[in-house]
Amino acid sequence: MTKLKVDAALGVPLLTDMLRVRRMEEKCAELYGASKIRGFLHLYIGEEACASGVLRAVGPDDNVVATYREHGHALLRGVPMTAIMAEMFGKVSGCARGRGGSMHLFDASRRFYGGTAIVGSGLPLAVGLGLADAMTGRAAVTVCFFGDGAVAEGAFHESMNLAALWQLPVLFVCENNLYAMGTALARHQSQTDLTVKAAAYNMPAMSVDGMDALAVHTATVEALSGIREEGGPAFLELRTYRFRAHSMFDPDLYRDKAEIEAWKQLDPIVALAGRLSRAGLLDEAGYAALEAAAEAEVADAVAFAEASEWEPVDELLVDVVGGAR
Amino acid sequence: MRMTYREAIRAGLREALTSDPRVFLMGEDVGHYGGAYAMSLGFLDEFGPERIRDTPLSELSYVGAGIGAAIGGLRPIVEVMTINFSLLAIDQIVNMAALYRHMSGGQFSVPVIIRMATGAGRQLAAQHSHNLENWFAHVPGLKVIVPATVADARGMLPAALAEPDPVLIFEHAMLYNNDEDVDDWQCDLTHAAIRRPGTDASIITYGGSLPKALAAAEALAAAGIDAEVVDLRVLRPLDRQAIADSVRRTHRVVVVDEGWKSGSLAGEVIAGLAEECLYDLDAAPRRVCTMEVPIPYAKHLEDAALPSIEAIVEAVRQVCHA
Repeated sequence: MTKLKVDAALGVPLLTDMLRVRRMEEKCAELYGASKIRGFLHLYIGEEACASGVLRAVGPDDNVVATYREHGHALLRGVPMTAIMAEMFGKVSGCARGRGGSMHLFDASRRFYGGTAIVGSGLPLAVGLGLADAMTGRAAVTVCFFGDGAVAEGAFHESMNLAALWQLPVLFVCENNLYAMGTALARHQSQTDLTVKAAAYNMPAMSVDGMDALAVHTATVEALSGIREEGGPAFLELRTYRFRAHSMFDPDLYRDKAEIEAWKQLDPIVALAGRLSRAGLLDEAGYAALEAAAEAEVADAVAFAEASEWEPVDELLVDVVGGAR
Repeated sequence: MRMTYREAIRAGLREALTSDPRVFLMGEDVGHYGGAYAMSLGFLDEFGPERIRDTPLSELSYVGAGIGAAIGGLRPIVEVMTINFSLLAIDQIVNMAALYRHMSGGQFSVPVIIRMATGAGRQLAAQHSHNLENWFAHVPGLKVIVPATVADARGMLPAALAEPDPVLIFEHAMLYNNDEDVDDWQCDLTHAAIRRPGTDASIITYGGSLPKALAAAEALAAAGIDAEVVDLRVLRPLDRQAIADSVRRTHRVVVVDEGWKSGSLAGEVIAGLAEECLYDLDAAPRRVCTMEVPIPYAKHLEDAALPSIEAIVEAVRQVCHA
């Protein structure tokens, strides 16, 4: 595959995005060990090119639906790292008041609709958001992230059909990291070429190297412009890999160590930093500055989360149903 | 004005579609077919295919799309053909619609209406005769309403559309052809209603069992027992005050519920009474529920499985020691 020409105007922001996500999540893993973060914690480390490449192409009026492995999507959608970290701490200053945790990050003001942890459940939601926009004439695309595990769900097939049948403005983004928790794609799918499934629903489908943020970005721009011009949905498969276990409870017994190591050689951050450096667009000092900024942002976020308050227990029942707070 | 339960629902739907451009109807066969129970017959011509949407047989995704469209600012009315099919969509109802507001820290409202037919009595056999309202009434974040009268069939839909949260409407299919004079149909979604005042015993019921409870009360009156009939109307949140108030007056209670007895709403009602006013009771409470069996096809077996007027009469006699 020929590499896209790298330019600093796009390459550096993408690298910055990925570094922010990587450093934030490394800190999360550490804080999990220190019992500051509890529950499930699904790290995105290794897959950062997907969220950065897609979300750099998405506009503020568009909607974003994500999964339970969504720290990176939330951050790159613009949710402040402070609010994300506080959410993982369970603090009231979190982006869901500490009620959602790692798997349920939300930000209505940034059209970030979560954060859902039933595999495939975000797809019908995305179809509905797309339907609302189509019916009200609001020019926007709903971008729906999900994993390869979700393609086994009925919700995937029903939603793909409905979106194509009604020609709704939805970009379905499948982050194919090859494993549905511990089950390899070939162990759960009769057809492992996911674009064939999408094509069966009569929508444009592309498969892209999900370890290459520039390639992801370029494909997303193309897919979005197709949706904006034609109105109907599109499907994007991003072939990627998670470097860490599925969650903090996963002993990772189902993957060959050599396979993990081989994918780590394709680290999207190292790859993009190298290309920028070789093209003379980012020197060592420049890279160090990006690292330092990410580290500082993470330190700030942790300090903010630490200093934040817990939601008072007498607010437990607030917002079960609507009404004045 | 004289109207049937079906006409009342239709009038509410038409009013909603006419008065609020955010409202649209979707579900299986709601358009070209006119609705499995003819609720939307003619609506496609009147309101067009954008707002009267036939869906594929994809309950999970069209109910989910209704939830998404509600979050996106519309007021979808989703028709699920029968409660049995709602099980194909229960993930979206329970895991998404019910939780979204609280789980997001109050950022999202899900003002979706999900309507469906429920109940047995038409020899539709085991897979089309369920009463699972109680499953949904178990879940915080949902509002569950069960119009049993024509006036409520007319009034509860507009009231539901004013709610900021998901509302599930269960219409017992045996009620669709009932007719009543309906003049004032304005109603709330918070209070139970006394459909027949009485002093000797309380019959607490809802939905398709209300006509049976009223018929039983008439039969009991002829035998000198004056039973009060309370229509719950709303299964979540339950009007526990009205239930307890009635029982404090009559001191005897029978709960009639077309659900299976184990884990029934009737059990919840009686548990609530035990907590609230056990010592106001002069007799052990009784439940008249559906027998614990898949509903059979044969008419005599179906009748034997369901709450009957005779069984209600007998239960009230027992609590009254009559």
